Amino acid sequence: MLTKTLDISTSPHIRQGTSTDSIMQNVVWALLPVALFAIFSFGLSAFFVIATATIACVATEHVLCRMANKESTISDWSAVITGLLLGLTLPPSFPLWMTFCGGIIAIGLGKYTFGGLGYNVFNPALVGRAVLQAAFPVAITTWHPAFLADRFTSVAASIFTFPFMEPPAVDALTGATPLAAFKFDQITTSTSDLAFGVISGSTGETCAVLIILGGIYLVARKMMNWRIPVSILATVFLISGVLYLIDNQIYPSPVFMLFSGGLMLGAVFMATDMVASPITPVGVFVYGAIIGLLVVVIRIWGGLPEGVMYAILLANAISPHIDNMIRPRVYGTANTNDVS
Amino acid sequence: MTNESLSYIFINASLVNNFVLAYFLGICPFLGVSGKMETATKMGGAVTFVMLISSMCAYGIHQFLVAINAPFLQLISYIVVIASTVQLVEMFIKKMSPTLFRALGIFLPLITTNCAILGLALFQTNKGYGFVESFVYALGAGAGFTLALVLIAGLREQLNFADVPEVIKGTALTLLIAGILSLSFMGFAGLGA
Repeated sequence: MLTKTLDISTSPHIRQGTSTDSIMQNVVWALLPVALFAIFSFGLSAFFVIATATIACVATEHVLCRMANKESTISDWSAVITGLLLGLTLPPSFPLWMTFCGGIIAIGLGKYTFGGLGYNVFNPALVGRAVLQAAFPVAITTWHPAFLADRFTSVAASIFTFPFMEPPAVDALTGATPLAAFKFDQITTSTSDLAFGVISGSTGETCAVLIILGGIYLVARKMMNWRIPVSILATVFLISGVLYLIDNQIYPSPVFMLFSGGLMLGAVFMATDMVASPITPVGVFVYGAIIGLLVVVIRIWGGLPEGVMYAILLANAISPHIDNMIRPRVYGTANTNDVS
Repeated sequence: MTNESLSYIFINASLVNNFVLAYFLGICPFLGVSGKMETATKMGGAVTFVMLISSMCAYGIHQFLVAINAPFLQLISYIVVIASTVQLVEMFIKKMSPTLFRALGIFLPLITTNCAILGLALFQTNKGYGFVESFVYALGAGAGFTLALVLIAGLREQLNFADVPEVIKGTALTLLIAGILSLSFMGFAGLGA
């Protein structure tokens, strides 16, 4: 008796047990040390900002799915990542209601509008942050110094403000980020301070070493495309290195460029968004090079001290074109790159 | 006259103050023909061409109106000249490339009364650009317009396969993408100064 029918299916036939959920979970594990360091260096304020962003993202995803009469997709952990990333890119003294709005926008506009996970053409967390940057330009550039003595017992006064409320008197304890200090006052920060995060900045961008370790973990588990961060960092290093050799008075050193601002966090965790980046290996290198170029252009010649967010969003918009232009040869056809 | 450098004028018109994404001019061709890459690039080319011609014309008219001391005729003469220019382009395209003519359809006549074209003519007059500056300004504006159109077309082509909620499909989605793209173009603020 023939009990088993022949299964006919297309390749691949050998599959790995990894699913979207487990990849997303691993990204969360890789982000956790960064988030913990943020709480360690900025205290309760950073904890509130990161937690609010995460809760806002997860809640928005759940509500939107329910409104569309679909099964809630919060169990795939992707909304948690968006929330964590959004929280990590905000300054630690950022008002919580603004953070909450940012979370709603990140998921609502950046992800759900396009059809949810797998279709988001832009990185959702960065969409949320770009809207916040446009809407609250002062609050998002008000930095808070790290390692205050009372950071675990008190929070920044600005964090519990509400809409239409008189803003609290400007905190005497504001600290410029290394990039802003360089751009506006020509002060450089030492490399070890930058690498170990003894600086002010957004909650999660300060400790470059932990971010790199998280990235290495994900690459080792083959859950991240190593080509993206490598090509971004190499491009930034090369271009700023050449500029530094031309005139080391005007241009910052390449090492400073690599370790300051949101470049590490952006290159490792945000530009590597699987949906918004190109597919082919060559395309990915082109994508990384474009981000690196835009970062240097905006930082050095633009009006803003930091441009990683804009560089990644612009490269996200270019990535469908990169995929269109660089197509792998179909097996058995002539070796032409003719795309009509 | 101004003392802005030519590279600054070009970067300003194409990136920093992009006609579509920063001034929100020329939204109708932007929404109408951004569905496909092919028509998007052709439309970008047509708009750039019309911009170059009308910028040249506007420069001449402005000189003439200043000479006869009748600057109040500026707006109406610009509109008339731009309209006739576009008629000329339309006849040219109809003769040279019937496929392109059919693909662009209603949108070529639409450029006639397009705010981006008239805006360009008025901006360059207000800024007091000379002949070369006007030319570069029009080139930058056209390049910026094409860039915006091509970027949106790529994203829209990719989203054809996406599970977009029913209420957002179509124009609403295009406007939302344009909004996000406009936000990312804010990063160019202050460039080239």
